[in-house]
Order: sequence, then C-alpha cells, then structure tokens
Amino acid sequence: MSTERVVDARGSFCPGPLMELIANMKMMAVGDTLELLSTDAGSAADVPEWVKKVGHEMVGTEQDAEGTWHIHVRKAK
Amino acid sequence: MRILVVGGGMGGTIFANNLARRIHQEMKAGKARITMLSASDQHVYQPGWLYVAMGRATPDELVREQASLLEPGIEFHVDPVEEFHLAENHVKTKSGKVHEYDVMVISTGSRPTPENIPGLKENSVNCYTAENAVQFFHQLADFKGGRIVVAVGLPHKCPMIPLEVTFAMHDFIKDKGLLDKTEFYYTYPIGRVHSLENVAKWAAPEFDRMGIKYETLFNMKEVDGKNAAVLSEEGGTVKYDLLVAVPPHKGQEVIEKNKLGENGWIPTNRNSLHMEGEYGKNVLVLGDTTNIPISKAGSTTHFEAEVAAENIAAVIKIGRPVREYDGKVFCFIEAGKDRATYAMFNYTTPPQPKAPTGAVHAFKMAYNQLYWASARGLL
Repeated sequence: MSTERVVDARGSFCPGPLMELIANMKMMAVGDTLELLSTDAGSAADVPEWVKKVGHEMVGTEQDAEGTWHIHVRKAK
Repeated sequence: MRILVVGGGMGGTIFANNLARRIHQEMKAGKARITMLSASDQHVYQPGWLYVAMGRATPDELVREQASLLEPGIEFHVDPVEEFHLAENHVKTKSGKVHEYDVMVISTGSRPTPENIPGLKENSVNCYTAENAVQFFHQLADFKGGRIVVAVGLPHKCPMIPLEVTFAMHDFIKDKGLLDKTEFYYTYPIGRVHSLENVAKWAAPEFDRMGIKYETLFNMKEVDGKNAAVLSEEGGTVKYDLLVAVPPHKGQEVIEKNKLGENGWIPTNRNSLHMEGEYGKNVLVLGDTTNIPISKAGSTTHFEAEVAAENIAAVIKIGRPVREYDGKVFCFIEAGKDRATYAMFNYTTPPQPKAPTGAVHAFKMAYNQLYWASARGLL
C-alpha cells in the first residue's frame, strides 16, 4: 500500500523546497507520494522541471488562500 | 531540575555552557543540575577541515579536550546514550548507566554517508572528517592536471561547502601554476549553482569569470570508478580525474535505532525546538539532529542552542519560555584563499550576500580561533 508523506518546507531558503523534496524522495518507496508545502513561488516551476527530468510523476499543484504551494509528487522509479 | 544534554558537539556544548552561566546560582544551591553525555572526550571544530584539505591547517589544531570547554558544575561523562526511554524520562548509556531527566536536549549531529551512493566512498575525496581532509590534501597536492569534478549529495552538512571547496581548489591550483592544465566542473542538485537564490546569482558569474564550468540538476546516482565517471539520477555522465564529493548525510545511528526519526532526523517544532509528539514536552532538539528544513550548519545549532538555553533558564526562573527560534542562520562563504562573504537569513528574510572582501575573510580566520570562546558560550 502506498503512503503519502508531507514535507513542510515553508520558509526554507536553504536547503530550500526542491532540495528537501529530493532528499525525501530518496527515503520513499516506488509508488509513494509526497506533498511538498512551499512558500517559494519558484517551487511551482522548478519541482515539475526536476520531476520530469528524473522521470517521477507530478500528481498536482495548487496554491491555498494563504499563498502556500501544495505540490504532490509520486515516486515512479 | 535535572537537565540532560545528549551530545558534546557544538550545539550541546554551547547550550550547556550558556545555560550553566544563566543558572549558576540554582546549580550552586542544588536546585538544578546539568549532565552531558558524549561519545568522545574531544571537541572538534569541524569547519576547519576545509583548511586541512587545502594544506592550511592540520587536524590537531582543530581539537580541544571537551572537559576543558565546559563551565564548572557541568557533569560530563564520555558514555554515549544507547537507549532512549522517553515515557520514563531516562536514557541508558553504553556502560549500562541510567540517567533520569526533567528536561533533555538532544544534539547528536549528523554523519557523512558516502557509502549510500555506490562507488562514491572508494573513488572520491571529501572534507567531512579529519582523515578524509588529509587524504583530500594529499590528492590535491599530487594533482598534475586534468578534470576536477565537484559532486553533491543530499542532504548535506554545511551548505556553503560546495562553493567554498570549489573556490579554494581554484586558488590552490592557480598557485601551483596548473590552471591551464586543469578543468573545474561543478555539479549541483537543483537548477542553479546554490540553494540560496541570491548566493547563486553571485556565484554563477564568479564561476564564469574563473572559467569554472557547471552543470545543474545533477544528483549523484553512482560512481563508476573503472571508467572514472559520475552518473546522475537525471541521466547525465561526467568524467573526472579527481572527484571531490559533498557526501549525503544521515543523523546518528542511535536516533534511528531508537526510532526517534527517519534517517536519524528527529521531527522538531521549528520555533519552540521541542521534539514533536507526545514526549516532546520536555525534550528539545538542536542543530543537524532536527528535521527542520533549514541549513545543517554550525551557526544554526549555535543560534538554536542560545534560544534553548535562554528558555530553559526562564522556565526555571519564571515558569515559562521567553523566546522562539526565528530560523536565524549566518554562514561565512570563503570565496578563495583570501576573500570571503557571508549569508545571513531566517525563516522570513532571504540573504543579500555582498561582494567578497579580504576583510570578511580576515574575520572568518579570526572566528576560527574565536570559536573556542563561542563553544564556551561566551560569544
């Protein structure tokens, strides 16, 4: 059964949301999903770019009323 | 109040000394006691290993006796914790002793794990232990020209090291007169040359000016030692003559074994620094040991330790904590052998690094000695 982990990278300038995501993806099993919380607008673009390049799967991206990006990614390999 | 400090590194030491000075009257009156448990009787200034790798320091210069750094009254044992019994408010050590606590501070740090990337440990150098830094210097000193590749694993301690080691090697090779025979190739996990956007905006033109090539979105997958090549998760292959690694890191094994946190990182509240969960009320976590998404760096644990000490002292004296940690980090960035800049930021304000200067480098060199005052909680 797949599980979802939440990575709260709000307010993280260094290492930043994408590096937090990459580090967490290493700890996940294929098929698991991750929800990345980010206050960095750049995450909405740079996360999909990396996910596509590596071959994982984007599940969805939305921004809540407070401006936080919720980015869902599935580990595919 | 019995305060137990697990870990005698930067965080545990600054915390214990800062707190001891704040509550020395209570300690004298027998109303408070600080006990520190560590795996070593030595204290190492880890940022100094970069200088060892460049032949500008030797490992012995970076070490002091831990007991000599501690305030009088702090009980110190070289007897690492093996079991955490959070429900019973005690720990059990390697020697079998049980230490009970009213408040526990865990600051056990992190460790490089190059073995987690196939081929990396056997085929690369790094500056994350004294032994590795010495080996790094030997290889650099014997280097006759070719391609030096910098490759970065995640997560890692000291986020400035990828840049610093690149700039430092550039000056080292320049001084040896080998620049025309050497190609520098810097790789980085995300789509720019550093995690901090403003630092990346400064560093990329510096690389361009120095002729340092770079490839971004490059996460090490394995190292093929036979063909001297690094393969990336993204499908890239980079050949090297000397591979300089920033290895991926984990927290300590004892944290994993006691199921306090995945990969040794303990879930921690980013403001109160209390461990998350039902036993976190009287457990604080500092520095690399936390899972807080900020830099695993000495300055992070320094500022966290000050907040934790002030709060524990306030709880003893007035019954409640007085401060929250705001995510403050201050990192020097060595931009070669004689210039440096810095990045200061917190949870809400990004850094605005300035052009590197000789004055900031001189301050960094002074801080390398001042650290011992810092560890004593004086600075």
